[in-house]
Amino acid sequence: MNRSRFVEHVAWTGAGIAYTLGAGGLFTGRAVAASASAVNFVQISDSHIGFHQAANPDVLATLDRAITAINAMPEQPAFVVHTGDITHLSTPQQFSDAKSVLSKLRAPLIALPGEHDVLGNDFKPYMSNFRMPQAQPGGWTSWETDGVHFVALLNVFNFEKMGLLGTDQLDWLARDLAGLPKSMPVVVFAHVPLYALFPEWGWTTDDGSKALALLARFDSVTVLNGHIHQIITHTEGNITFATADATAYPQPKPGAAPKPGPLTLPPDDLLRAIGYRTVAVDGYGGRYEDHALGS
Amino acid sequence: MKHLYLALALLAPAMAGAATPPPAVRMVDDAFSPATLTVDAGTTVVFTNRDDDAHTVTAVDGTFDSKGLDSGASWSHTFTKPGTYRYFCELHPFMKGTIVVKAVRA
Repeated sequence: MNRSRFVEHVAWTGAGIAYTLGAGGLFTGRAVAASASAVNFVQISDSHIGFHQAANPDVLATLDRAITAINAMPEQPAFVVHTGDITHLSTPQQFSDAKSVLSKLRAPLIALPGEHDVLGNDFKPYMSNFRMPQAQPGGWTSWETDGVHFVALLNVFNFEKMGLLGTDQLDWLARDLAGLPKSMPVVVFAHVPLYALFPEWGWTTDDGSKALALLARFDSVTVLNGHIHQIITHTEGNITFATADATAYPQPKPGAAPKPGPLTLPPDDLLRAIGYRTVAVDGYGGRYEDHALGS
Repeated sequence: MKHLYLALALLAPAMAGAATPPPAVRMVDDAFSPATLTVDAGTTVVFTNRDDDAHTVTAVDGTFDSKGLDSGASWSHTFTKPGTYRYFCELHPFMKGTIVVKAVRA
């Protein structure tokens, strides 16, 4: 677990002062003080239970390894969020296998679907296994934990248009955010990146800009995604984006290969290319650290 | 021996017909190959996933959908009505293909 990256996030306080958390894992003194009251959670993603090719012949074992590491954290996170592609082909057996491993988590699980979990635009199997708390009929939801507003969006239907949120969800999001003060930290989860990260490979959300317009007024927004099996960060105004490593296998950097399919690495290298993310969010914004499964 | 040659000559066309594989589309390197396939109405097309990732064969107009095809899996569909059928992979929307179905004259 030697690959422990710390990615900085510039957050504006209500007084309009920018705090930059240093790269390389160095917190500023004020940031450390602020993090004491932070909401701490963990993100995992893209487990692809049922995948059995050379890139990772045992995806259940690597997911289990991530869960073991999370369960060993001395202070358990408020929750663990899985940002989608829990299964590879949405089959009952794959959902059952995923559930049996994920149920080992000590912390509560919140699991979003990826496009692999709703094949045929059918999200009943996902909903019957992993429906999120207080989910709307469309599956999306929001909640507040210790002054932080969390939103879980679904953008994996009608996938011909890449990711798509749709009018119903965007209308709900507008209502959901309407009464919140701009100083409230907002964290958004979705499977597919909400901005045009690499549309050539489907790494975008067709109507994502409409959601980002609704989020733009807040002082600090952190958007955490999966889908692309690697860590890529991006900033637009006060919105910071970070995609996550998978627990299954990595994918090529955007455009670095002829196709985005699974990358096959030597076994030791695989464990260094997959992992989980710890996140802390407070009034200064979001900070996160990525942990590989191998050293 | 003369009769044997004659028998082989008569059988040859039938044997050639029997050996002709059905029209096929392969999924290789996140692409449908061939990207466009023209067949007669009533033809069954076999789609085979030769990739190391899952794919689907999903009609843009919703008339057919293979659902998830694991690596090595095949799925077939019979195209009965003439027309142009566009399809894509639900998991990789940049993968697009077309089946052109021609009318068969009686």
